[in-house]
Amino acid sequence: MKLKTWFIFLVISIISVLLALANSPKIFEYRLLENQQSEINKSDDAYNKMMDVLTHQRCMNCHPNDNIPKQGNDRHPHYFGMARGKDNTGFQATTCNTCHNSENNKYSGVPGAPHWSLAPASMGWEGLSRDQIAERLLDKSTNGNRSHEELIKHMTEDDLVLWAWQPGVDADGVQRTIPPVSKEDFKKAVENWFANGAAIPTK
Amino acid sequence: MEISFTVNGVLKTVNIEDENTPLLWVIRDMLDLKGTKFGCGKAACGACTLHVDDEAVRSCSYPVKFAAGKKITTIEGLGDRQNPHPVQQAWVEEIVPQCGYCQPGFMMATAALLKKVPKPTDEDIDKNIINVCRCGTYYRMRKAIHKAAEIQAEKDINESNML
Repeated sequence: MKLKTWFIFLVISIISVLLALANSPKIFEYRLLENQQSEINKSDDAYNKMMDVLTHQRCMNCHPNDNIPKQGNDRHPHYFGMARGKDNTGFQATTCNTCHNSENNKYSGVPGAPHWSLAPASMGWEGLSRDQIAERLLDKSTNGNRSHEELIKHMTEDDLVLWAWQPGVDADGVQRTIPPVSKEDFKKAVENWFANGAAIPTK
Repeated sequence: MEISFTVNGVLKTVNIEDENTPLLWVIRDMLDLKGTKFGCGKAACGACTLHVDDEAVRSCSYPVKFAAGKKITTIEGLGDRQNPHPVQQAWVEEIVPQCGYCQPGFMMATAALLKKVPKPTDEDIDKNIINVCRCGTYYRMRKAIHKAAEIQAEKDINESNML
């Protein structure tokens, strides 16, 4: 009888311990999850900073989805009926370079940067959500067959992209607005986002 | 600084303090070629259109430093009374101008278009000739542009027959 009681007590104890272990936090695993979450947060932060820039007028105005460049903070259609044309640079005899040069013009207020042109039609972002923009950015069939490394180089070194932080004055002599993230922070955000796998947060 | 370029086939050198001075003012005030007009100063109206290496350019928005070593053509170099350019001839025949102020810019834009598109359609004209005329001579200009294309085509045939 005494032995049986001890046996039942032992079984109950073992079951209790097993149950307790099953419900207790697994410290080793928890730390891993915390690190992963931190990486995700870092990546999401980089993504948001990057998208704050890509969706700003200085970038978006030349990434239209209707082949018509936009102007100003109100994103009105480019005056004079200018449009994409065959090579993203306007029409046969009236091109972007009829008015735009390789640098801003402080006298006329006409903006300029090297290879001034619209982004290719496949890179039209206007009207898309941030995630759709990211998908289009990463898709080689729409991004000009660029690898991640090539995208990083384009986004952090191309003079036309970086023009967004030196947009000059408009026709009224008023300084154009710049993206809400500094150029340096944007470059870091782009590098971090790609370094963390270029994850799209909702995907 | 000194900047050299050819204007209507003649080599010119200008000494200028501000290399960003619009080419328009160098052409008008330093080289005394008054055919190229100032309209808006914002590259919007096209009155200042001339050719840089045969491309139409709004000279009010073109820093003179970019003209170094290039070939500039103004309305004075397009043709003359004895030998008018097809565009000039068509403009006369269709009696296009009213006040005339903006017309040199339109003619330079048209000459640039005919080099790229010898027989432009109305759509080509709508897309490429986007200067502004406050007298509203657009209807006559359209006729003149088509006529200029015909004159140019005849001229090309005659010249090829002479060879």
